[in-house]
Amino acid sequence: MPDHGPLPPPDPDRVTPPEPEEIITPAGGGAMSLATSEAETLEPVSGKARSLWSDAWHDLRRNPVFVVSALIILFLVLIALWPGLIAGGNPLTCDLAKAQDGPAPGHPFGFDAQGCDVYTRTVHGARASITVGICATAGATLLGSVLGGLAGYYGGWWDALLSRLADVFFGIPIILGGLVFLSVVPSGSLWPVVGFIVLLGWPQIARIARGSVVTVKQNDYVQAARALGAGDRRLLLRHIAPNAVAPVIVVATIALGTYIALEATLSFLGVGLKPPTVSWGIDISSASVQIRNAPHMLLWPAGALSITVLAFIMLGDAVRDALDPKLR
Amino acid sequence: MGRYVIRRLLQMIPVFIGSTFLIFFMVYALGDPVAALFGDKAPDPATAARIRAELYLDQPLWKQYGHYMGQILGGEFGTAFNGQKVTELMADAFPVTLRLTLVAIAVEIVVGIVLGVLSGLRRGRTVDTTVLLLTLVVVSIPTFVSGYVLQYLLGAKWGWVSPSVSPEARLDELILPGVVLALTSLAYVTRLTRTSVAENSRADYIRTAVAKGLPPRRIIGRHLLRNSLIPVVTFIGTDVGALMGGAIVTERIFNIHGVGYQLYQGILRQNSPTVVGFVTILVLVFLMANLVVDLLYAVLDPRIRYA
Repeated sequence: MPDHGPLPPPDPDRVTPPEPEEIITPAGGGAMSLATSEAETLEPVSGKARSLWSDAWHDLRRNPVFVVSALIILFLVLIALWPGLIAGGNPLTCDLAKAQDGPAPGHPFGFDAQGCDVYTRTVHGARASITVGICATAGATLLGSVLGGLAGYYGGWWDALLSRLADVFFGIPIILGGLVFLSVVPSGSLWPVVGFIVLLGWPQIARIARGSVVTVKQNDYVQAARALGAGDRRLLLRHIAPNAVAPVIVVATIALGTYIALEATLSFLGVGLKPPTVSWGIDISSASVQIRNAPHMLLWPAGALSITVLAFIMLGDAVRDALDPKLR
Repeated sequence: MGRYVIRRLLQMIPVFIGSTFLIFFMVYALGDPVAALFGDKAPDPATAARIRAELYLDQPLWKQYGHYMGQILGGEFGTAFNGQKVTELMADAFPVTLRLTLVAIAVEIVVGIVLGVLSGLRRGRTVDTTVLLLTLVVVSIPTFVSGYVLQYLLGAKWGWVSPSVSPEARLDELILPGVVLALTSLAYVTRLTRTSVAENSRADYIRTAVAKGLPPRRIIGRHLLRNSLIPVVTFIGTDVGALMGGAIVTERIFNIHGVGYQLYQGILRQNSPTVVGFVTILVLVFLMANLVVDLLYAVLDPRIRYA
C-alpha cells in the first residue's frame, strides 16, 4: 500500500462544534483533569490522560472527514444488519413485465433487467459488501499481525521464512490470483471470497506489523521491562503490542475499503459472489450489458459501492492523521 | 553493482518457484482439468485415465510441476481448448496488453507527476485540496465502474471516442481504456509525488539552491524532482502487476482481445494450460519489473547498493 499524503487541514466550519471549555484548553497539554475526564468517558481502553489514543480521539472528533465517514459507515452497518429498516421489499421478488423501467412511485431507482426493484437490491447489497469487508479485514489483520509480530520479535529463521513467504504471495497480482483461486473452489457464497482475501491480504499486514514491532522492541522501556525479568509473553502483550498496533490499524482500515472494492470486482468478473446472493458487483455486472438503454440500473449500485469504499478510505486517512505523531 | 544484480536475481528464484507453484497447485490440485475437458458430461473413466496419463496428471503434484516447468523452459506451453497452441495465443495477446499497459503507465507518469508536483508545491492551498479530494474519489471508484461510466459517456452518449476497440487495437483506440486502467494508480502516483515533493521542498539542499539564486525551473526540475521521484519510481514498478491484473477488467469492458481476455476465457472454460501458462508469464513479468525497479533504485540512490 503506497503512502497517501495526509489529508487537507480541517475545514474552518467544523461539523462538530467544540464545547466551550475545550477551546480554552490548549491542544496537547494543560488542564489535566479535563483531559482525564474526557479520556475516561470517551476512550475506555486507555485510562491514562493524554495517551496516544486519547490524543487521537481528541483530534478525530474535530476532523470533519472522520465524522462524515464514520456516520456513513454507521449507516451502512445498520442497513447491512437490518436492510428492512429502509427497504421493506424482497430483493428477489421481481416482475419481468417491469424490466428496465425507470423510476415509478414507490420504486425511486427504477427496475433492473429482471424487473427487480433497484432500490431494494441496492440497500440489500450492503450486507454482502460490509460482511466481506469486515470479515476479510479481521482475518487478514489477525493472521498478519500475529505472524508479522512474532517474526519481528523473534527474528532469525522464522523471520526469514515469513518474509520469503510474503514475497511469494506478493508475486501474484491479486485479481489474477482471485480469478484462478475462486474459479476452482466451488463458490458463490461469501466465505470462499473472504478466505481468498485473507490468504492474499495477510502478507501486507504482516510486513507492517513486523516493521512496527522491530522498531518498538528497541525502545528503552522494553529493555527495562526485560531487565526486570518480564517474559516474552508479557513483553509482547503488555509492552510491545500496544505501542506497535497503530500502523496496523491504519493499514487495516484503508484495506477494508479496498477489500470491498475487490469483492465487487471479483463478483463482477463472475467468480466472487453469485446469485441469489445480492451484491453490488453482480448487479453492476448484469446492468453493464444494458448501459446504453438503462444506465440507472448501473449507476445506483455503482454509486453505493463507491461511497462505501470512499467512506472507509477516508476513515483510514483520518485515523492515520490522528495516529501519526509526526504531524503533531 | 554487479554483485547487487546477482544477489537480487538469486533472490528472485525462490519467489518465482513459490508463486508459480501456488498457481499450479490451485489449478491442478484444487480444480479438475480433465473433468473440465468434458464440459457438463461425466467423463468415461477409461478415457479420463488415458488423458490423465497423457497429460502427466497421474503423477504426484511436485513431479507434475517439475515436468510442467521443464516444458515451459523449453518454450512448450501446451494447447488451448480450441486446439490452438498457447504460445500462439500469447503472441496475439501480449502485444495488445503491452500497448494498453504502456498507455496506462504513460498517463500515470505524466498526469500523476504533474498533479503531484503542483499540489506538493502549493501545500494547503486550493489546488492542493482539490487534487487531494479528487484522488480520494478516484481511488474509491472501482475500475469497472469508472470504465463503464466513461465508456457510456464518452463513447456512446457524446461520441467522442469509439466505445469498443477493434481487434487490431490501434494506439489511438487504447487511449480511453488506458486512462481507465491508469485511474487508481494515477491517484496513488499523485499522492506519493505530492508527499515526497512537499517533504523535499523543505530540505537543506533546496534552501541552498534558492540561496545560490538558481532559477525556480532549475530548482524544481533538477534538484527537487530528482530526489522526489525515487518512491514514485518504486511504486510504478510494483504497479505493473496491478495493471496486468486490472487489464482483465478493462479488457472485458472495452472488448480488447489481450492477455486479460484470453485468461478470462481460459478460466471460464477451465482450460488449465492457458491459465497456468499466462499466469506464469505474468508473474515473471511482475518479478522482472520489480527487479528493474530495484536496480533503478540503486542507480538513483547509491546508499541502497552498499546496504
